[in-house]
Amino acid sequence: MGFKRFILRKVVAAALTIAVIVCANFFIFRMAPGDPVRMMFRDPRVSAESLDLMKEKFGLDKPLSGQFVAYVKNLAQGDLGLSFSQQKPVLEVLAERIPNTLLLVVTALMIAIFLGVVLGAVAGWMNGTRLDTFILTASVTMYSIPTFALGIVLLLVFAYLIPIFPLGGITTPASGYEGFDLIKDVGWHMFLPAFSIVIWYIGEYVILTRSSMIDVMGQEYITTAQAKGLKKYKILKNHALRNALLPVITITGVNLAFAVAGVIEAETVFAWPGVGRLAYDAVSQRDYPLLQGVFMLFAFAIVLANLAIDLIYGFIDPRIKVGG
Amino acid sequence: MSQALRKTNKFIAFFQLFFGHPMGFAGLAIITIFVIMAVFAPFLGTVDPSASGEVDNLLLPPSSQFWFGTDDLARDIWSQTIYGSRISLTIGFVAALITVFSGTLVGLVAGYYGKFMDEVLMRIVDFFMMLPELPLMIVLAAVLGPSMWNIILVVSLVSWPTTARVVRSQVLSLKERPFVESSRCIGASNFQLMFSEILPNVVPLMFAQAVIMITEAIYAEAVLSFLGLGDPTSISWGMMLHSVFESGVISESYWWVSPPIVSIVILIVSFSLLGTAVSDILEPGYKEKKGY
Repeated sequence: MGFKRFILRKVVAAALTIAVIVCANFFIFRMAPGDPVRMMFRDPRVSAESLDLMKEKFGLDKPLSGQFVAYVKNLAQGDLGLSFSQQKPVLEVLAERIPNTLLLVVTALMIAIFLGVVLGAVAGWMNGTRLDTFILTASVTMYSIPTFALGIVLLLVFAYLIPIFPLGGITTPASGYEGFDLIKDVGWHMFLPAFSIVIWYIGEYVILTRSSMIDVMGQEYITTAQAKGLKKYKILKNHALRNALLPVITITGVNLAFAVAGVIEAETVFAWPGVGRLAYDAVSQRDYPLLQGVFMLFAFAIVLANLAIDLIYGFIDPRIKVGG
Repeated sequence: MSQALRKTNKFIAFFQLFFGHPMGFAGLAIITIFVIMAVFAPFLGTVDPSASGEVDNLLLPPSSQFWFGTDDLARDIWSQTIYGSRISLTIGFVAALITVFSGTLVGLVAGYYGKFMDEVLMRIVDFFMMLPELPLMIVLAAVLGPSMWNIILVVSLVSWPTTARVVRSQVLSLKERPFVESSRCIGASNFQLMFSEILPNVVPLMFAQAVIMITEAIYAEAVLSFLGLGDPTSISWGMMLHSVFESGVISESYWWVSPPIVSIVILIVSFSLLGTAVSDILEPGYKEKKGY
């Protein structure tokens, strides 16, 4: 199979997944007892005019099939409906929050991957020693602690008890910071939420890199390298780690679906104005269109990120290009 | 050696290995304490956990009357903590049971029949594994409404694919083994082959999966309740945290925040340790490594 066909197959699979998500999203919100559509349009926050407008737009006076057509049509134009709690189009609300979430996730993920890979490589290299056992046990423990529980503890200790970090949010309100001061302020606010996410991610990368490393260390080319008399550090860097990293890249994609949970929890605890916090707000306000939008955004993001990672993997793993 | 005797020996061997694994032993010991707590909750809890008290008993710190103090509705936190273990463990066990059974069934059918059946079932599994778990659970729980059974349903719906995938790959290798072939030769039906030849060999794997699924279900219940999607008629640890978090007195009432956090963390970490131990022991080659 050629590389082109590999790409094509991945793109088609991603498109199919998105199509199913779109359909599922429509039906989930209509399977509830008590008809959620009627429920959300009985909301007192919605004015009579916008109600009529929405009814017409979403084809709510039509049968289910008509509603579905209207829903898909609106979605194709990027119209996700109106958020009742914020009195704004859902897409607009989401767009405001996306950069904040990306900032938090990318920062946390990069720190976690770096530390996790280093610790995991050390543990795998020293397989069977005390250090290895310690790193592994610590990782399993860190990985199991719920992010929101850790977040609350951090909040209580480092924001209330010893007030070195802010209580939440992304900037100090009405501070008027600009330039470097603003960056410093945001970093300051980001520390605790990012920390609680990092603790959770690290464990995963340690466990993975470690087992991958142990696997690689048993391969013959490592023995060859050792027989050639290469320095330990060189073998680790050029021969072992390089090959051990391939599964780490794959799992980053698979784990994104999972990682979203950490983001929602951390953003909720620290009132970080991102998409995750939006999920919490939508639930507590019973703002169904907004909740639907948040779900769609996360699902789309994960499918696209997975596609990107599959393609990157195709580029760096020579076996896919030639044979597979 | 008779079949029954061989089975008992296997069972004993497993426990010997298990008790030699400090991680697993520690995990199981702590879980046992929580199970005892859940079973004897009515004797350990001092009052009904959801009964509101007198107005002058609001937010009291720990005392001889209220061991862990009271919350903002003057409810006894000690009793809430004790009864909370019931909810976590019930949801954990029931959801894991449903997940493992349905996942195993799908994995067994997909792996055994192969071809078209396998292709279709695995595409469905892939699709589910691609979905963001927590947002999906939030959406479903919000739409279905807050109740314990809905949480169990939601958790099971989201987590069965992992088990299906693991069981399928095991079945793929099992069905090629000689004992399956010989049963087929003496005329066993597909149903018999699947359920009385292959399935018994998947049981250890199901057991390992069950421990992982219990951990995930307990975690999921805690998160959903913390986000305000819990069953309002039964107070779980996650819901206690939700109440503290919303109350605005989180910084002043350490006695209210600490018990649910400590309980959730300890219970989930114990199940993770147990899960790690069980997967370790079931891994081929573990016995040799340990010198058995």
